Amino acid sequence: MKCDYSCQSNDHLIARRQFLGGLAGSFVVGGLGALTNPVAAEQLKKNGMRVLVVYMSGGLSQLESWDPKPKTDTGGPFRAIQTAVPGTQICELLPKTATHMDKLSLIRSINTKNNDHGKGRYQMTYGRNKMPGTEHPHLGAVCAKALERSDNPLPGHIKVPGGSRGSDAAYLGPKYASVGMTGKPPANSERAKNLTESADALRNSFRRKVNDRFSLQRRTAETDVYTQSYEQALQLMEKRDVFDVDKEPASEHEKYGKFDLGKHCLMARRLLENDIPFVQVSHSNYDTHNENFNFHLEQLGEFDQAFSTLVNDLHERGMLETTLVVVMSEFGRTPKINARFGRDHWGSAWSVCLGGANVQPGGIIGKTNENGTKVIEREVDHGHLFHTYLSAVGLESSEAFDIGGREQPMADPSRTPISELIA
Amino acid sequence: MSLDPKQTHVLHEWKHGKPLIACCFDPTGRYLFTSSEDYTLQRWDLKDGSKVAWEAHDSWIRDIAFLPDGETVITAGCDDRIIFWPVTGDKPQPRAEVVAHKGWIRSVDVSTDGALIATGGNDHLVKLWDPNGKLVRELVGHKGHVYSVFFHPDGNSLLSGDLKGVVHQWETKTGKLMRSFEAKELFSYNTGQKVDYGGVRDIALSPDGKTLAFTGLHKATNPLGAINEPLVLLFDWAKGESVRKQPAEGIRGIGWQVEFLSDGSEVCASGGGGGGYLIFFKPAEEKPFHKLKLKDTARDMSLHPDGLQVATAHWDGYVRISRMEKKAAK
Repeated sequence: MKCDYSCQSNDHLIARRQFLGGLAGSFVVGGLGALTNPVAAEQLKKNGMRVLVVYMSGGLSQLESWDPKPKTDTGGPFRAIQTAVPGTQICELLPKTATHMDKLSLIRSINTKNNDHGKGRYQMTYGRNKMPGTEHPHLGAVCAKALERSDNPLPGHIKVPGGSRGSDAAYLGPKYASVGMTGKPPANSERAKNLTESADALRNSFRRKVNDRFSLQRRTAETDVYTQSYEQALQLMEKRDVFDVDKEPASEHEKYGKFDLGKHCLMARRLLENDIPFVQVSHSNYDTHNENFNFHLEQLGEFDQAFSTLVNDLHERGMLETTLVVVMSEFGRTPKINARFGRDHWGSAWSVCLGGANVQPGGIIGKTNENGTKVIEREVDHGHLFHTYLSAVGLESSEAFDIGGREQPMADPSRTPISELIA
Repeated sequence: MSLDPKQTHVLHEWKHGKPLIACCFDPTGRYLFTSSEDYTLQRWDLKDGSKVAWEAHDSWIRDIAFLPDGETVITAGCDDRIIFWPVTGDKPQPRAEVVAHKGWIRSVDVSTDGALIATGGNDHLVKLWDPNGKLVRELVGHKGHVYSVFFHPDGNSLLSGDLKGVVHQWETKTGKLMRSFEAKELFSYNTGQKVDYGGVRDIALSPDGKTLAFTGLHKATNPLGAINEPLVLLFDWAKGESVRKQPAEGIRGIGWQVEFLSDGSEVCASGGGGGGYLIFFKPAEEKPFHKLKLKDTARDMSLHPDGLQVATAHWDGYVRISRMEKKAAK
């Protein structure tokens, strides 16, 4: 990632300005479109848009969740139930979520033409097909940069659970890469007990002085990140309690459920309340080639409690209108039930649930046929979805980042948002 | 002709055409009932293999049982209900229908005298019913989905096994929990995949009443990928102690059903990644003394009242009836 910052190029100036100034200078393309307009940028900043992804790892069955097909040859044993939206039914495994469907929408016509876990994960979280020799930033990195809060020292792209910094920001740089959290403050984030506050301040002052002198002549992207990491670590130390989910009262833990996903969703609420632009919570595991129905019963029981509680809390706290919530997987599962009561990988006709921010609530986009084997209306793919997520938080998804003088489109230029879903 | 498990052979293959889930012979030996993923119940006439099928529940039927007179069949559905049907007739209509549990009903059994019906469900409950579908007693104590229920032939006890590998013995007259058997080898939690897996899939008692058998699976290294092997656990009824583990090494699958045969040996039907098998054990031995590979994975098994035939329900839409004796000369 060596770059020529030390040459004092325009790229560097822009990047420096972005870093210092936050959102307003982050975009240069699109005929100086809305986001480069300081008023619009200020508005976006004021709105404090955020994104929450709940990633159903392994491939959630659309038939056992958002697009049930009861009493068909692919329907399985579960029934469909009414939701808060008249005429909209989802699987009976999601009774609590069903009561919040008036705040959410469904896209039932996804065809990603892929049945591979790795490729599917990439498609859904990077918005493109993975191509050898090219790197694109994760949705979280895009959001962390585009929705960056200059006044918030906390990382902008957090994955729960996780344990380390990801390498998923591509050309946006490590600053926007994911940081993994588990619900506890980051390790070693307390000042050492034998180090006084004044001694700590002195040594940091000395470090800054030496760094500044070094950067006058030999500044690189690496040294910038190195410096940022130190500064961020210091700020993190001051706000370490944000990452400590045990600070939440026992009644909140009870409400979300005393299992990993419950704890992680409560953690997500805490992070979103602290204005983190992007949070991804993962729930494992839905790769149910065997006993699909038993395992979905088990997993979705947890999901239904934790997710519905989180949606309700975001709603009641007035945060849903500025928080995009997306429930996604790498693909869906086969309509055909295999010999082991399992369902296999299926990218041809599946669903995503989303809501909040500027998403029209209570909608259904697209349709599959009677037994769910193919899309018959409004087919979309991961590229359309990626654009839609960005549009839902007020970004102009056709714009590009200026990276070293090169335009890097935020989303796949061959795709567009699902505009009818955006308010 | 007499029982000879080593001579077991498939006598009939009857096609329904849609994947089958459960099967059960009626106590008079005239019919075999099966259920299918197409939400129908099927009645097969053993004389000629003719079939009558009808739509039965709003969901799949997981288990089937009969009142002792052979006139009423009871189906347990994933739609919270048990339904009582007449055994005969071209278009059987429900005699009674009961919303019995909240969630799937995975198992149903009838006491030898026909006075009680037991059901076990995903609500962690075991319930006792009279033959008219009136609730007699609710048995609370399981901490997981109830996978199997089984009446002791003496009528005083009911056994129920759950996902977590716990088998409770209940006094039928009072509903009192008498004791519990720890069949923990039949359950595992996979920390990588974060799933509970296993369960006491079936319970049987030896003809002399001395030995209990529980079946299910173990060695679940990849539950979501069906990497596991069938296992039968034997317990001493009087002492309540484990006496033997009977693995079926090298076979990928789940032990779905176990039955004791008249000679004291056991037959276990397994199905899964390795296909379908009938696996035969002797109670005194750990390893199977015979295995019969079936054409397709098995999902359920029923022992005919004559003790010589077993039916197996298969994913390929066939029900297969195997005879456990030497083939008759043509």
